[in-house]
Amino acid sequence: MAVNFDLTTIWAFIIAFAVLMYVVMDGFDLGIGILFPTFQPGEERSQAMNAVAPVWDGNETWLVLGGGGLFAAFPLAYAIILPATYPLIIAMLLGLVFRGVAFEFRWRDPRHERFWDFAFFVGSLVAALSQGMILGALLQGIAIEGRNYAGGWLDWLSPYSLLTGVGVVVGYALLGAAFLAMKVTGRAEEHAYRLAVKAGIGTAVLMLAVSLATPLLARQYWERWFDWPNILFTSQVPLLTGILFFALFRSIAKRRRYRPFLLSLGLFVLGMIGLGISMWPFVIPDSITIWDAAAPERSQVFMLVGVAIIMPVILAYTAWAYWVFRGKVGSEGYH
Amino acid sequence: MDLDPTAIVLARIQFAFTVSFHFIFPAFSIGLASYLAVLEGLWLKTGKPLYLDLFKYWLKIFAIAFAMGVVSGIVMSYQFGTNWSVFSDKAGGVIGPLMAYEVLTAFFLEAGFLGVMLFGMNKVGKKLHFAATLMVALGTFISAFWILSVNSWMQTPTGHVMSPDGRFLPGPSWLDIIFNPSFPYRLVHTVTAAYLTTAFVVGAVGAWHLLRDKANPHARKMFSMAMWMAALVAPVQIFVGDLHGLNTLEHQPAKVMAMEGHYRSYPDGAPLYLFGIPNEKEQRLDYAFGIPKASSLILHHDLNAPVRGLDTVPDDQQPPVPIVFWSFRIMVGIGFLMLGIGLWSLIARWRKRLYDWRALHRAALLMGPSGFVAVIAGWVTTEVGRQPYTVYGLLRTVDSVSPLAAPAVATSLAAFVVVYFAVFGIGTWYILKLMHKPPHTGETQPGEDETAPIRTAGITPGPTQNPHPQGGREAFPSPAE
Repeated sequence: MAVNFDLTTIWAFIIAFAVLMYVVMDGFDLGIGILFPTFQPGEERSQAMNAVAPVWDGNETWLVLGGGGLFAAFPLAYAIILPATYPLIIAMLLGLVFRGVAFEFRWRDPRHERFWDFAFFVGSLVAALSQGMILGALLQGIAIEGRNYAGGWLDWLSPYSLLTGVGVVVGYALLGAAFLAMKVTGRAEEHAYRLAVKAGIGTAVLMLAVSLATPLLARQYWERWFDWPNILFTSQVPLLTGILFFALFRSIAKRRRYRPFLLSLGLFVLGMIGLGISMWPFVIPDSITIWDAAAPERSQVFMLVGVAIIMPVILAYTAWAYWVFRGKVGSEGYH
Repeated sequence: MDLDPTAIVLARIQFAFTVSFHFIFPAFSIGLASYLAVLEGLWLKTGKPLYLDLFKYWLKIFAIAFAMGVVSGIVMSYQFGTNWSVFSDKAGGVIGPLMAYEVLTAFFLEAGFLGVMLFGMNKVGKKLHFAATLMVALGTFISAFWILSVNSWMQTPTGHVMSPDGRFLPGPSWLDIIFNPSFPYRLVHTVTAAYLTTAFVVGAVGAWHLLRDKANPHARKMFSMAMWMAALVAPVQIFVGDLHGLNTLEHQPAKVMAMEGHYRSYPDGAPLYLFGIPNEKEQRLDYAFGIPKASSLILHHDLNAPVRGLDTVPDDQQPPVPIVFWSFRIMVGIGFLMLGIGLWSLIARWRKRLYDWRALHRAALLMGPSGFVAVIAGWVTTEVGRQPYTVYGLLRTVDSVSPLAAPAVATSLAAFVVVYFAVFGIGTWYILKLMHKPPHTGETQPGEDETAPIRTAGITPGPTQNPHPQGGREAFPSPAE
């Protein structure tokens, strides 16, 4: 598992970072959408929506960076994964259409507010489920011939991909509940904490199930996780995950404001590390490495200059936007 | 690799459909973001509340248009991989980085500051809010810069080298790739088109409200501003379009032949066809009506200059003539109608009848959507005119498509058609509803008017729209509370 820090490796980390940023940031947006029907129409739902209205667009941009970045840095991977998961990608995009317009449309048309609330829920659910299933489809392997996808158009559908799909849905629900617990007030706040417990339990169970199913999927995953001396390092991941879950449930029980969300983020980071252990150095497991898929060096250098200069600026103004809308979104002052 | 020809056609229809639908929104939001920046700037400079009212009026419309642009744009960033994976693999090394720069320099900028622009006026202060508006406007322009560079490279590829296995690799200079020969013309032509499109939408809304109340000061102001744009920018656009056409003649002559309907060559002066029915089978223009030698004059600035026709281009390198021929005429026709409105408005201004010449207002109202039609027609001209290639002269469309089964592409195409018409149709209706309301003094915006007992409903102002008196879009409490 030697890591040689060449340009391609740096790019693999940049793409992984973009995907992680997307997963945690749009993860809580989508999670709120998934939990939306459990909030009372009216004030509770409005609070939930307001918690993310000013930032969802920025969060979703990380998906464009993940997709666009994959296209730019690893065009071969982009050209194989997208046709291989075609119906999932289309479903995700259409889900995001409904989710995205619901933010505006629900305020625009009060008579059909319930409809747009439903669209917000279904859109978020479909997008999250598709993303999780894309992950599963990738991990279970993709049929390739030459430089092209060579499988059928439903190869992605399997019990394993359904498991990862549900896992991501429930994981996003945890992020969403923990985020809402930070931002909303009144009954909605208490409701968010309770949801966080349920979603936390669900996430723990599903993370465990995926962790057990993955090494059974292919010999290579088994070796990576359980071969000596790898296991000395890899065993830290489940160990830390266990500790974080323990801390998460404690912080929810104590009704801490920020800690449940931060710990949920930590769980996703660990999930990403686990994914990295399973996949490295492949971008499509067992067939295409990051070096096989890499863009020409000139493309990598050109983009790296941009990322090095612009990414800190992006992170700075994104942080500023979050700062501007900090604090509870509650309804104090209107009664 | 044997590909299903039906799948290729369906993939092309899908791209054409999703990109045409998508571009409607940026064509509007590029112009509207700049208009909003101008309005807010004028408000800060003059302190006149009229400008702030107009700003807030159009901000609500911008929010909906922008949201639709975002969600339809994300689809585009994945279309390359889902339907055109071979193209993505082959051209990814060259155009991928340009698109990555678009995300880094434009999308984040727009999205990062949009929240503050829409909801933050009471949170960050006037100057900082104006800065956020400027950043969003700048972001829309930077986005146009990169994506038009990508498109222009596909039209006039330069600066690349070919790998042994037929992939495009960047050459030593990225500037040669970014500033490829057609890019400057396409960029100016497209951004100007976006400004004109927005001007005619603003003008139509102004005209609509002047027809109902010619004393409405807000309607007067927006109509006057829009008509200045029409009068000044429409002629510029026609001039720029002509330059762009000459650039196309130099680099993609077959496209110009299709635009002109020149199936055959004209050794001593080619006519400018105003009308005709392209007959692909017989390779001639039926019922042709044209001005003799005028095409030679436009293309070569010489009445008797010889003009080559499609008879000099091998059949398998020709674009489909009828589509290009007609879309070009629609675009140019609308361009001249826009010029006509601009001139009419100057006459009206000179005769001091700008605000009560009902015929002018009706004409401006009718021309409201014309910019969108012209913009789409223009894109059809240039994109269909590029056929049968994705990368002009180097990579054929049939060799670019994903190895997908026709049913998969057909199903997704049907889903896009249904969802886009439903969702964006409804969104457009919401926009029209907002435009229907007269602009007035004391326009509200999201996050504002926080102490009122009845909340504004989100971006929509006005208590009448609020179903939950205490639970509409809750404003973010200002720091003072």
